[in-house]
Amino acid sequence: MRMLPTVLANLFAKAATRNYPHFVRESFEHARGELVNDIKGCIFCGTCARKCPSQCLTVARGAAGDKTEGAWTLEFFACVGCGVCVDACPTRCLSQKATHRPVAVERAVITLTGRLPERPARKDNAAGKAADKTEA
Amino acid sequence: MARTVIPFGPQHPVLPEPIHLSLVLEDEKVVEALPTLGYVHRGLEMLAVKRDYNQMIQIVERVCGICSMIHSLCYCQGIEEMMGLEAPRRARMLRVVWSELHRLHSHLLWLGLFADSFGFESLFMQLWKIRERVMDLNEATTGNRVIVSVNVVGGVRADLDEGQVRWIKDTLVEVEASIRSLQSTIMNDSTVCKRTKGIGVLTKQAAHDLGAAGPMLRGSGIAQDMRQLKYAGFDELAFEPVVETAGDCWARSAVRFREALQSIDLVRQALDKLEPGDLAVKAKGRPEGEVITRVEQPRGECLYYLKGNGSLFLERVRIRTPTFANIPPLAAILPGLDFADVPVVVLSIDPCISCTER
Repeated sequence: MRMLPTVLANLFAKAATRNYPHFVRESFEHARGELVNDIKGCIFCGTCARKCPSQCLTVARGAAGDKTEGAWTLEFFACVGCGVCVDACPTRCLSQKATHRPVAVERAVITLTGRLPERPARKDNAAGKAADKTEA
Repeated sequence: MARTVIPFGPQHPVLPEPIHLSLVLEDEKVVEALPTLGYVHRGLEMLAVKRDYNQMIQIVERVCGICSMIHSLCYCQGIEEMMGLEAPRRARMLRVVWSELHRLHSHLLWLGLFADSFGFESLFMQLWKIRERVMDLNEATTGNRVIVSVNVVGGVRADLDEGQVRWIKDTLVEVEASIRSLQSTIMNDSTVCKRTKGIGVLTKQAAHDLGAAGPMLRGSGIAQDMRQLKYAGFDELAFEPVVETAGDCWARSAVRFREALQSIDLVRQALDKLEPGDLAVKAKGRPEGEVITRVEQPRGECLYYLKGNGSLFLERVRIRTPTFANIPPLAAILPGLDFADVPVVVLSIDPCISCTER
């Protein structure tokens, strides 16, 4: 009987649930959803793959026999959405949308390819290397 | 009277996670209860030798979804101790905020499940409706609802702006009012009292001798809470452990109910003490040595033993979770009960079996 006031209040209040999936709540601004890579900015350094706790990322340089091409592969079913890769990305080309990927029935991976950044001209002598390091 | 053995679990409507109890009955009375574990063992401790110490943060969070933040907090403070780091004050306060929000939603979840265990469906729904507000706070401030992944070695990786602090405070006022409106139902309703008062009594001496932890221990009159160790930002907050003396299911439920309100108070205190500052200090070097660190989970004392050997990978991670400590007291209080009371008593320890088996 002590629950009665709450029950009556609920009876005349609007529904606490939504008619999902016809009505989907808007995501919060910083919600960690789908991981996306703006591949144009990616330098294929592999930092994201090394930091990823669920090992869902692989980065290959010189993929498919082309030494100027790199491949970034995401096994998105294995991704736990922690955002460690996004924080670690040196060029900020990785980001997370606020929404999640739609449900899928087949396992899949996403592979994005791009040109590797051009290397600076090699210095031939050791002194040149040392000077380069100090500049960096 | 011949004895009958009834298998209780691993699949049972009242159990959120799989534990098996072989109940030896004489007529309707339980005379012996033999627990069997091992249905959800995932070998997370062994992953320490395959994942580096930073990646382990996200792995220890998955020991238990409901108190993920507190697991990673315990792990990070252990590694910090090993590496001689101290998290900045703002990070320690933010850790308190998120860990207490986790405790709040864990206790609301448990109170709902407990109501469900004695068939009080509308109370269950009401409590979970309130819990959703807390989950929204988690998602909006950290990015994820349950496994928030905010801790790093040396601090935290998410921050609260002034608008969020205000929003959390405003939401907690409403959450507190909603919880308080259910106080008389949870504490005094005749249906609730009939199913919980005097059922599954664990005496103070037995709780001490059997090594009970958390609300199970405090419900039996022992004022022991790991937050008294003043870890994270608790050194600056006013805190007294919640204690009940009856030792029965009602007392354990009352402890958790009052702790949920206490968590709201602690979040408020921590938010008031937030001052601008760094979020994390940079971790340099690699962990070496041994450390034992403890925190208070919603279910009780959680202990981490960490051993580093100066490499990127830890040599050993040992996690002792509170439900593991609460299973011997459970086996001790079940004999003598009616069979119909077993689900209520089993749920009253707040069994987190994934935690226990890791």
